[in-house]
Amino acid sequence: MAAPTKEMLLDWYRQMVLIREFEETCHRLYEEKRITGVYLHLYSGHEASGVGSMAALRKTDHVITAYRDHGIGLILGMDPKAVMAEMMGKKTGSSGGKGGSMHLASAEHNFWGGYAIVGGHLPLAAGIALASKYRGEDDVTMTYVGDGATNNGYFHESLNMSAIWDLPVVWIIENNGYGMGTEVARASGQVELHRKAEAYGIKSFGRVDAQNALEVYAVASKAVEYARRKGPAVIEHVTYRYRGHGVSDKQYDARDDMSAELQEWMATREPIKILRDCIESAYGDVAAILAGHEADAARIVAESVKFAEASELPATYEDLMRNAYVASDLVHKSEGSVGAGID
Amino acid sequence: MAARNVAMREAIRRALREEMRRDENVFVMGEEVAYWQGTHRVTRGFLEEFGERRVRDTPISEMAIGGVAVGAALAGLRPVAEFMTINFAFLALDAIANHAAKVRYFFDGMFKAPLVYRAASGWGNQATASHSHAPEPIFAHFPGIYVGCPSNSLDAYGMLKASIRDDNPVLFTESIALYPKPSPMPDDLDGDYLIPIGKGDIKREGGDVTLVAYARGVDWALQAARQLARDGVEAEVVDLRWLRPLDMDLVYSSFKKTNRCVIVEESLPMYSFGSEIAALLQENMFDYMDAPIKRVAAEDVPLPYSKEIELLALPNAQKVADAVKEIV
Repeated sequence: MAAPTKEMLLDWYRQMVLIREFEETCHRLYEEKRITGVYLHLYSGHEASGVGSMAALRKTDHVITAYRDHGIGLILGMDPKAVMAEMMGKKTGSSGGKGGSMHLASAEHNFWGGYAIVGGHLPLAAGIALASKYRGEDDVTMTYVGDGATNNGYFHESLNMSAIWDLPVVWIIENNGYGMGTEVARASGQVELHRKAEAYGIKSFGRVDAQNALEVYAVASKAVEYARRKGPAVIEHVTYRYRGHGVSDKQYDARDDMSAELQEWMATREPIKILRDCIESAYGDVAAILAGHEADAARIVAESVKFAEASELPATYEDLMRNAYVASDLVHKSEGSVGAGID
Repeated sequence: MAARNVAMREAIRRALREEMRRDENVFVMGEEVAYWQGTHRVTRGFLEEFGERRVRDTPISEMAIGGVAVGAALAGLRPVAEFMTINFAFLALDAIANHAAKVRYFFDGMFKAPLVYRAASGWGNQATASHSHAPEPIFAHFPGIYVGCPSNSLDAYGMLKASIRDDNPVLFTESIALYPKPSPMPDDLDGDYLIPIGKGDIKREGGDVTLVAYARGVDWALQAARQLARDGVEAEVVDLRWLRPLDMDLVYSSFKKTNRCVIVEESLPMYSFGSEIAALLQENMFDYMDAPIKRVAAEDVPLPYSKEIELLALPNAQKVADAVKEIV
């Protein structure tokens, strides 16, 4: 693995402040009822986990995640306008307003999506990796999975399948301490979640401080190369969520201990600050560049809100029905057909 | 045209093998499909011909089988994933209903998932409650997937080929009772013989009553029709072949002629195939209805082990004939 260059670090900073600005704006818009819907799971606090690990990928590699997917999409280069429009359910949204916050995807970025059922995307990840291997390609499927999902049958079955078939998957367990409101220790017999890899004969790359993008990158680079050449790899990212499970989550208001815990993480393990300190200690005064990225983030997100709010809502019956099925000459449709979908 | 009798299992095997020869992206995966040669012997000889890459034994992991097929299909392959029996597909219901069926919709058409789930269906001989289901309507409940249920060898051949070639996900059920049953297939059958998804078929013409059925129900309907003919009642047997989409035009045109209908299914009676067809008939054909719509299904109880009471719970030709006699 090559050490990250100055350009890379500055770009990571750009990505991280963009995510933070985007997510905090989403939070505000939700409070203001300008984003509606019951589900909005923010990536604030997780930034270094996604940024550092995806920096280890090539363009042809694949990415899939669960519902905390805004940051993942933005890192991969999705247009913030299309993402914000999706938050607002607009036709110009990346999923045409059909998917919402939990279902971002981008075919052009090999981003196969955010998925909303805990663990449901894990066998999809194995299937995407199987397709790469089947075709003799050496692309890797990077898969983000929360700590809570490691207790679910999908996790067990998918990791096991990836092991017996030597599939090129990097399973990144984003351990932010809680599955909804349940602490890891109350939900999992094995609290060192990366050690679950042992049960399937999968190589674990251990537990990483995922508030530090450089450490994340260093380990992810090794795991990605391992997956590309040999088979599945597991990494545990220890991170923290700043905005609860989702925006409707009021646990931080209800529990003083959690509020204190959050303040502690923000004060001592803030991923953007950690990266900034690294850059400054290595390259001296980069304040102007970083301030430029911060200003850009504010501008880009403000523009995305403006774009999204000006966009049209899907409203017709055709908007509703379209794209349940692929239009196909092999499907018989007549006036009396029931359940065929509309083209 | 010369024809010979072929068991449905052989027809399915032939269709699958030909599609694998035709398209490198088609592969099979499932429990015991490779070295064991398939629990129902559908994939007999496949491992030898296509190798481990394309004939993939899986662990007993239905959730993963269901979801891996989705991922592989998204990424450009055309998986044919086998559930050894449909009873085990319940474990994969989330992968089928929430992922295979919805992945296209919730990304508004960005992706497609061209996959086929094959599953052996129906009650066996004293297979007992958890292994005795014909729950096709459960899967047909969900928009985004199609459901095919053939009643004979030629249909199975053409329906499976269409299912594999179509870009939509299809759940394809194979009645265990019909696997060994021979029915005619033309000798010079074209390898591109496809039965359109959602196209039903009239299996017997008659003007007195319409029997609507699928899969094994078609057998009972045809047997009942022969019995009824001896009493001067001519039944028309409509084989819908697909539970989604439903070819209701075929049902309506028959019903306009007969004005009477009995719906036959192997599955359970509540929230069922019969309920759906009956509802659609009363909504759309009320003016043509001369008698109550009757439904013949399994009894509303888990299936027991012991033979006598097992048979008591199940539909058969006699029950169909009896239902017809109540309305003609």
